[in-house]
Amino acid sequence: MKILLNFLVFPGLLTAVCVGLLAGWFDRKISARLQWRVGPPWYQNFIDIAKLFGKETIIPRSSRWTFILSPYLGFLSLVLAATVLGKVMLWPSESFYADIIVILYLLTMPAVSMMIGASSSRNPLASVGASREMKLILGYELPFILSLIAVIIRCQDSIQLGSIINYQASFGSNIFSFSGALAFIAAFFAMQAKLGFAPFDISEAEQEIMGGTLIEYSGPLLAVFKLTKAVLLYTMPLLLICLFMGKDLGWMLLIPKYIGIVLLAVLIKNTNPRIRIDQALRFFWGPVTIIAVISVILAAVGL
Amino acid sequence: MSIKTKALTKSIWVFHISCGSCNNCDIEILDCFTPRHDIERFGVQLIGSVRHADALLITGAMNRKSVPRMKKIYEQAPKPCVVVAVGQCALSQHMFRYSYNVREPLDEILPVDLYIPGCPPKPEAIIAGITKLVKKINKGK
Repeated sequence: MKILLNFLVFPGLLTAVCVGLLAGWFDRKISARLQWRVGPPWYQNFIDIAKLFGKETIIPRSSRWTFILSPYLGFLSLVLAATVLGKVMLWPSESFYADIIVILYLLTMPAVSMMIGASSSRNPLASVGASREMKLILGYELPFILSLIAVIIRCQDSIQLGSIINYQASFGSNIFSFSGALAFIAAFFAMQAKLGFAPFDISEAEQEIMGGTLIEYSGPLLAVFKLTKAVLLYTMPLLLICLFMGKDLGWMLLIPKYIGIVLLAVLIKNTNPRIRIDQALRFFWGPVTIIAVISVILAAVGL
Repeated sequence: MSIKTKALTKSIWVFHISCGSCNNCDIEILDCFTPRHDIERFGVQLIGSVRHADALLITGAMNRKSVPRMKKIYEQAPKPCVVVAVGQCALSQHMFRYSYNVREPLDEILPVDLYIPGCPPKPEAIIAGITKLVKKINKGK
């Protein structure tokens, strides 16, 4: 009962969706202000979702079930990740063994579900988007996992989020060490690509492949994908806070940290043009992986 | 007024189709999203795929090549979806009236909900048109 409540209401579904949609509004508003516009009101994203739930769903003549079920697959597994993460942040003692690996796997599910849905829609542009998404996953997962390894080595080889937070609470945040700072940079770029923010929004390029992976989705299924994006915008910054700035997780410090990370991502999004997929791969396997490897070495040495 | 229509009027996602226009109307539509006019204030967004559209903005005179494609695109849009004719060509065929390859005006092909006149219409006129469209949807439809 308590677990179900956790999943559906407090650190889970409802909270994640509300905070994620508000963060999505924050993103749109900041983008608008940077372009010297006014921007939408704060309830805009909620209205978008409500509207999409009221629209017709068009299902292409294709493999119906994968097309219908894949948005839910991505959404529910991501909400599970958000629940595990939220519980650990509230009560570090309730974390279970190797939950960081569980979260790592659950976080790749939205991209996988997007690929399944896009390729089952039989649209050539969607399949282009799916292949780009796949290459992007290959690109950013490597530095992301390496930066996680750096954090794990720093926190006395524990693969449990609760003990990582406890370690930081007693010995200071990871980001204030050399290896932690480098790992944070690598993980931040991986987060930018996971969120599909601007230099890496290659799979959903609206101008060149017309929405890419989402091109055939309409109505409630599209709303579920939008909610997945919103929950991702809730989960990824919190995970970074957990791993790198876990010293004080009280509300008064957590909210500025969260807003700061989202703001940084939005600023990078607004000041960079979209890059090609080969440039993205070269970027992730080149500089970012090198940074991550250096941070692992520094962490092993003990800096 | 149900919450569904309320939500629909507060977030209109616009898909922009040019079927043989001279691009002036298209430029004026894009002008609506610039800092001076910024219709994202009202939740209007320009989107890439017809499947996400709530309104189709159609510019240009309908020539023989574009009529069947136009019908196809309208059938692909998910259904509470309005059609807006932007510019004199889409309204009345304008200077292409007796041309050899422009046969029928837009409103004999698709059910048009809103006409925005002008050659090209000013961004102000487009914004005024959108507010009229919202009023029309609120009245019932």
